[in-house]
Amino acid sequence: MTDRQQAELRKDEVEAGTTTGLASPSVDVASGRQNSLWSDAWDSLKRNVLFWIGSVLAVLFILLALLPGLFARGADPDDCALGNSLDKPSAQHWFGFDQQGCDYMATVVYGARNSLIIGVLAVLFVLVLGVVMGAIAGYFGGATDSLLSRVTDIFYALPLVLGALVLLRVGPTTNIPIINKPGPAAVALALALFGWMTAMRLVRSQVIAVKSADYVAAARAMGASHRRILVRHILPNAVAPVLVYATITIGVLIAAEATLTYLGVGLQRPTHSWGLQIEAGQSLLRTAPHLVLFPSLILTLTVMAFILMGDALRDALDPRQRA
Amino acid sequence: MGRYIARRLLLTIPVLIGASFLIFAMVFALPGDPVAALGGDRSLPPAVEAQIRDEFNLNDPLLVQYGKYVGNLVQGDLGIDFSQRPVIDTIEQRLPVTVRLAVVAILFEAIIGIVAGVLAGIRRNGFLDNVVLVSTTLIVSIPILVLAFVAQFVFGLQLGWFPISGTSEGWGSFLLPGLVLAAGSLAYVARLTRTSVAENMRADYVRTAKAKGLPRSRVIIRHTLRNSLIPVVTFIGADIGALMGGAIVTESVFNLPGIGRAVFDAINNQEGAVVVGIVTLMVFFFIFFNLIVDVLYAVLDPRIRYD
Repeated sequence: MTDRQQAELRKDEVEAGTTTGLASPSVDVASGRQNSLWSDAWDSLKRNVLFWIGSVLAVLFILLALLPGLFARGADPDDCALGNSLDKPSAQHWFGFDQQGCDYMATVVYGARNSLIIGVLAVLFVLVLGVVMGAIAGYFGGATDSLLSRVTDIFYALPLVLGALVLLRVGPTTNIPIINKPGPAAVALALALFGWMTAMRLVRSQVIAVKSADYVAAARAMGASHRRILVRHILPNAVAPVLVYATITIGVLIAAEATLTYLGVGLQRPTHSWGLQIEAGQSLLRTAPHLVLFPSLILTLTVMAFILMGDALRDALDPRQRA
Repeated sequence: MGRYIARRLLLTIPVLIGASFLIFAMVFALPGDPVAALGGDRSLPPAVEAQIRDEFNLNDPLLVQYGKYVGNLVQGDLGIDFSQRPVIDTIEQRLPVTVRLAVVAILFEAIIGIVAGVLAGIRRNGFLDNVVLVSTTLIVSIPILVLAFVAQFVFGLQLGWFPISGTSEGWGSFLLPGLVLAAGSLAYVARLTRTSVAENMRADYVRTAKAKGLPRSRVIIRHTLRNSLIPVVTFIGADIGALMGGAIVTESVFNLPGIGRAVFDAINNQEGAVVVGIVTLMVFFFIFFNLIVDVLYAVLDPRIRYD
């Protein structure tokens, strides 16, 4: 790598919020034990308390999403009695009741599923867009790279929530598939369309870092196609940083979904969603704070689960931090 | 240096145009019919509708519409909203609120973030270091929406320390929303400072300063901190532009009449001209501050040369 490439790469890394180690000169990967990156990483993860906290929270959240009935303590979120309206939390009903007199724990628990669907779906869309664009830009370089990088800059200049807000607001009146049907898929797609840029930059910098390696030249000399070189030889190098990024991003996008729903353009009633619950509770913050606080708490724990796991993964996979 | 700035300036033009076109296309090419929606339940008389369409160039092809828009834009004319009010007036009226919010946020971010980061960084793995690490992880995990309501509930309603809505109490009204808006970046500044300080504490020139017998405070402030703050200052600079996006949620929850709130209302009312005008302004800020930061980098750190 030239100094210039290294400087570029370092800049990409700073913007992407991850470090890969590849931008630092002379990382000696050949010496030392022959353990693979992944087994070393697992050894370090096993000893990380924060990783276990994150994992337990994430497993809990996935169980909430898959089997909400288990956690609703026998209550049905749609079986409401106005007589219970706004009752405070009690021993029988841990989260109290909402304004319509629905058991609030059941309501909040049933909100997990949509968050999980949107978080995972949006990250998948982000990865597809980011990996394809980043790989093409980094591998072919030159004018292709300039063009794709400028497109990335353009999207990067628009705040995620703002772009998704506009798209989802006008979406239902258009005939664009998915976007025109309000629901989890539309929200996920809108989030991905305005949130893929960091993934692209991350993959691009990884591709640039290894594309001039000897083994890539060897593969090319043997007549491998561009596609094969990219998929078999270059992209596997990007798996570790992309995995870290994707884990954290699930949390970030779940928070963004709640925000969009709160602002009125995400999921709509009668869907159970934390954003809608926070929105409904905000005017009652003075009299019934539990309406805002419980969905907020569960949402925060969910986001935290993915951020903790991602942070721990990053520490485990970054060879420079290992003693 | 001059050539670098010129090149960077040239590169920002397509980004600015591209981003504003993107939002323009979404607002004006995708929606059903904002003009028909103006009439509400009753439809507008055809003559009135035609006049409005003409006034807003809605009959032209998209690129022509956009061309006309940019033509007006460079003359300082951002168009008018559906009630005939110039968009530039709305921006002039709303922008000071958002600027105040951003100033408060940046101050919180810089002061608390840097102090926490230095305390953590000078003794790595010490007690304060762990406190800062855990608390920044927690803060980063709390969505700004949740943080806003928790802050309103705890500091506004329970403790009664801060006003929670509107701008009636001058700068005091901006303290709580400013802190909420700054929280995520604050945590990042603290971590960045911590890493940077911890790294520089091991640098040769710091060892030299210690060996010379300088007092510890001088070693930290004059020798370590000055060099450690370069990445921090540049992050904070770039964050000024990015804060504008977070202002949408903060201004909505705290009921502040800034441009974030204005763009949100405009999106809901399908006021295309207002949306495009404000978003273009936000993108401009974002690009402008990033450019400043890139140049500042070279000024602050003589080891970096762009030519």
